Parts: sequence; C-alpha cells; structure tokens
Amino acid sequence: MRDVLLTVVRGLGFGSVYALLAVSFVIIYKSSKVVSFAQPALMLAGAVAVSYLSGPVGFFLAVPLAAIAIAMLGWGLERTTIRPMIGRPVFVVAIITLGLDIAIRVVVNVFIGPDVRNVGDPWGLSTVDLFGLPVQERYIAMAVVLLVVGAGLFAFFRYSRYGLAMRASSLDQETALVQGVPVGNMTALAWAMAAGIAAVAGAFVGTGGGVDQSTWVIALKALPAIIIGGLDSIGGAVVGGLLVGLVESFFATYQGEYLPFLGQNFSLVSPYVLLLVVLLVRPYGLFGTREVERV
Amino acid sequence: MTAVREPSKSPSGSTAPAQTPAPAEAKGRRPLGRPMLYTAYGQDMALLNTGAKKVAVGALLVVALLLPFLLEDDLLRLLATGCVLAIGAIGLNLVTGYAGQVSLGHAFFLGIGAYTAAVVSGDPDDDRLYGLGITFLPVWLLAGGLVAALVGLVVAPLASRLRGLYLAIVTLGLVFLGTHVWNEWDAVTGGVGVGRPAADPVLFGVDLSRRTESFSADQQLYLLMFVLLCVFALLGRNIARSAIGRSFAAVRDRDIAAEVTGVDVRKVKRRAFVISGFYAGCAGALLYSITGYLDPSSFGLLVSVQFVAMVLIGGVSTISGSIMGAFFIALLPRLTRELPEYLPFLSSSATQTPNVFQVETLLYGLLIVAFLLLEPRGLFGLWIRIRNYWKAWPFSY
Repeated sequence: MRDVLLTVVRGLGFGSVYALLAVSFVIIYKSSKVVSFAQPALMLAGAVAVSYLSGPVGFFLAVPLAAIAIAMLGWGLERTTIRPMIGRPVFVVAIITLGLDIAIRVVVNVFIGPDVRNVGDPWGLSTVDLFGLPVQERYIAMAVVLLVVGAGLFAFFRYSRYGLAMRASSLDQETALVQGVPVGNMTALAWAMAAGIAAVAGAFVGTGGGVDQSTWVIALKALPAIIIGGLDSIGGAVVGGLLVGLVESFFATYQGEYLPFLGQNFSLVSPYVLLLVVLLVRPYGLFGTREVERV
Repeated sequence: MTAVREPSKSPSGSTAPAQTPAPAEAKGRRPLGRPMLYTAYGQDMALLNTGAKKVAVGALLVVALLLPFLLEDDLLRLLATGCVLAIGAIGLNLVTGYAGQVSLGHAFFLGIGAYTAAVVSGDPDDDRLYGLGITFLPVWLLAGGLVAALVGLVVAPLASRLRGLYLAIVTLGLVFLGTHVWNEWDAVTGGVGVGRPAADPVLFGVDLSRRTESFSADQQLYLLMFVLLCVFALLGRNIARSAIGRSFAAVRDRDIAAEVTGVDVRKVKRRAFVISGFYAGCAGALLYSITGYLDPSSFGLLVSVQFVAMVLIGGVSTISGSIMGAFFIALLPRLTRELPEYLPFLSSSATQTPNVFQVETLLYGLLIVAFLLLEPRGLFGLWIRIRNYWKAWPFSY
C-alpha cells in the first residue's frame, strides 16, 4: 500500500510537469491549429535560464524572470517564422517548428555544456513527512505550480478581455476579426504564454537532478498527454498529463516485477503505448472535439 | 506557364484526363521538327517527355558512372551514402509528399530494414546474435524491405483513422518505441554501446565491401548503390505517374473529394505506408552495409527529421527533388568540415564551443525553416526558377 501511494505521489508530481507542458502545446494549438515541436527547446531554454539566474536572484525570482525572457523568445519566433506562414498547410508550419527546435537547442546546449546544470532549486531530493509517507518536497512544489498556473489560466481565459479575445479568435478567426479582435496579436500572445509556461515546466523538470543536453526528450512526453486529452482541450491536457505521469510511475515501480520481458526503462516509453491504445479506441482523444467533415 | 511542362508534378486525380487512351492512340506520332508538340496523352506522361530531358538524364548517367574513376575514395563513400539516403527519401516523399500522410516514423522503418538485413546475413555460428547466414545481397535487401513493408501494413490502420498532426505524433511515438526495442533486444541488435555487424553486401560470391583486384571497396559500393538508386528512382517515378500516384495525390489534396470520386481512401493510405516502408527498409539495410556496423542508437528522432529535411529541402512530391535533397544532406557534413578554413573562430574539435558539429545541426534546423519560408518547392523549385529564367532569356518573363 505504501509503495502504491508513493508511486501515485511521484506520478502526480511528474504528471503536473507534463500537464504544464501539455497546456503549453494546447494553447498554441488552439490559437494556430499547429502542434509546436519547438516546445522541447523552449522548455530547455527556460531551465537553463533559471540555472543561470537562480545564483544571483534566487530560485523563486529566477523562475518568473526566465518565464518572461522565454515568453519574449516565443513572441519573437511567432512574429518571424510563424506569421509569414498563415494560410499554408499546418503540416508545413509544424515542420518549421521542428526546424526551430533543432536550431534553438544547439544554441541552448552551448550554455548547458557537457555536464549536468543544477537549476538551484531549494528542494533537491529531500523529503517531508506527509500522513506517514516520506514525500519528496519537489513533487509537492510541482503540483502547487500546476495548481497556480492552472488557476491563473482559468481566471485569465474566463474573466479578462484578452482571454475572451483569445477564446474568440480560436473559435472562429474571421468572426473574431469582424468583432475587432486583433487575431494576429492574439496568436503572438498565445505563443508567448505557451513559451513562458514551457519555461516554468523546464525549471521544475530540473528540480532534484538538474538539466543536461538530453532533458529535452521529457517535453515530448507531453505529446501523448495532449493526444490523450484531445488537442484542443486545456482541461483534457491537464488530465492527460497527470495520466501520463501516473502510467509512467506505475510502470517504473511494477513493470520490472510483473512484466520483465518488456525490458529495462520501459516506463520511459510507456506513455507512447498508452497513446497508441487510446487513439485506437478514440481517434480524437478523450476530451477532444470530433472533427466535422464539411464538403 | 503554359509552355512549361512540369513532369514530376503528377496531375491530381480529379483534373487529370482519367481515361488512358487506347493503346494505338497512346503512342501518337509527332510531326517532324515539332519536338514540343504532344499529340497523345502517352507522350505527355512519358518518363522523358522532352528532348532536353533525354539529353540531360543521359549526360547525368554518364557522369555518375564516370565518377568512381575521377574522385577520391572518401568522397565516393559519401556519394554512396547519398544514394542510399536518396532511396529512403523517395520512400518518405511517396507517403508524405504524394499521399500527404505526415510521417515522422521513417527512422523506425529504417531500423527494421537494417536489423532484418543484418539478421538474414548474420553469422549463424555466433552465440550472441541471431543470424541466418544468407549473405546474397538481393535476399537480405528484399527481406529488409518486405519486413518493413509488413510493419507499414500494420501501422497503416492508424493512418486511416487519424489525420494530419495526430498521425505525425503517433509516428513520432513509433520512433521512441522502436528505439526502446532496439536497445533491449540484445539478441538482434547487440545492445546499447555494443552493436552488431551490418549486412554484408555480397553479390555472386564477391564481397563488395572489400577491395578486389580491379576496384577499391568504395568504388564498388558507389556503383552498387548508384545502380540500386536508379532502380528505386525509376520505380518511384512510375508509381508516381501511374494510377496509384494519382490516387495518392487525390487523397492528399482532398480526401473527401477523392472518396466521392471512387478512390478507396483506406486502401490508398495502406498502400502509401507499405510502399514507403519498403523503401525505408531497403534504405536501412543498405545504409549500414556501407559502414559495416550498426548501433541501436542510430535510429532516433534526428534521423526522421533528417529525412523530412531531405524531402522539404529537395522538393515535396518530386522524385528528383528527393534525390537532390538526400545528396544535399549527405554532403552537408563534408561542407561544414571545410568551414574552419574560412571562418577561423569555428573549431573542428567537438569539445570547443563554436564547432562544426554544432554548425551542422544548426544548419539542418535553419535550412528547413529557410526553405519552407522562402522556397517551399525546395531545390527542385530553385531549378524550375533557373530553367524558366533561361527559357525566356533575354526577356524577364
């Protein structure tokens, strides 16, 4: 029982980070119908920015600063490379983000260097006693961040003018334009927000062990999460992210014992198995809107 | 543009004259001295439908066959790799360019082909690794291609259920699952960091990867890969310009319209994945027989991205574009190695920071972005521009 609970806690902890990443994918998808393969690079850039900033200003100030810096980067990317592609097939834009990802990661890797970089978080691997369970503090921090960012996004989309404008332009761009919504700016804002959220997620991916040049792969685990949740549902992204975290955590604990033939480290690819299973049953994810085909 | 014929762009299903003319009519006869006049559909759809093309292709073939006697061995090896990559790129272009099914899983199929071929040709007495000991090249080549095609058939139902980016992400998942299998299945792959010998290119008792009396190993490999590329390219062109290719284009352009006009969309997607899997499997089998060794980590996401880059840089839905793109990507490392001579701040050692390896990866990324932004038709599009300029010269239009 103790093992199960610890597995659940770890799953929810990492799941929160995947959920954040998944939300960043979904925000971009809703604004421009593109899956941004540049998120891994933005996440890594965020983590690295935090690792450089946390020395002088401390971790808690470094995270928002890095998020703002990476948000600016995301805004710049949208203006220079995504904007000119309006009206072109989404596949082409997705491949552009793939190219951006490769290019940005080369630059970020220079800043990482060959070793692991510590993000300077105050938690490390230390644990706190919670109902008799030794729970790692960083998992609690991850869950809290998801709650804070999630609540902030909910309030933003629900109550602010810009949130309303973004929802309008994702619903129907032309109608939104007619109503006076600057749709182009909303897309840029979506990219900035998504990049900022990815940067925050990156900072928390780095807690405990730090980041190195291969950390970017973690961001791709958000892809099963968004597919499971449905590409256009933020709530679905959160559920998908937590689900991916739980599945991965359970495979990490029990697969060696019960399914040893799947090989070591199967937990790392288990999200993709989950993805295949979900898509075979429900092609548009658990919460995604079914695409209506008009002729 | 009326006078310009773009042969590689197969006409989309709905607009093309769907009925092939009766055989006698299809041949058609051209009046003497009017080389550009088409009197029959068959002439228009011919492989080499203009005189200039016949001359150019003939000249290219002659040059390519003379190259082994003109170039150094290391360059020949690079060109041999380019030929194999071109086979893989044609496969990806058939499924992504012609049929419009975005696949990021090409590395997975490449791996299946490479390992199938390695197992078929492997040493049967080896205790550590599986091997059947059939080193005859056509056997392991076809085995690699067919097994990959079979896996393509298994994956295809996903493609017929999913569209666009959903498919891209699922195929990306395949690459990760594949990498896991390669890492863990020691009896086939040799395991991480150990690897296994790849398939031996043996043809009629001659091991082409060893030097013989008259040729060096690289000359033989280049000639072999070049001949195979010609075969696969011709096959690809014929697929593209036949009914299968037209049905691919119809599904790509508007799948609902294609379905209404009687194209079986599921069957077409299945076909596209099978054909692409076959090409990728063959390319994987051949690619590592050049170096003679393969490691489980060689089939990661970057390989898939490189193939996508080949297709996009070369030219989407053109066979000649795929070949140009593949050679471009194959020769890119060699070109960046030359850079430190001209840019002294670049280092050629991997441990210092602005180094050529970083520039190389950066260029993959930036070239994809730049080509998509500035010349979506890729190198093939650049060629069309140059050709049209000189056709109209000295006028600008």
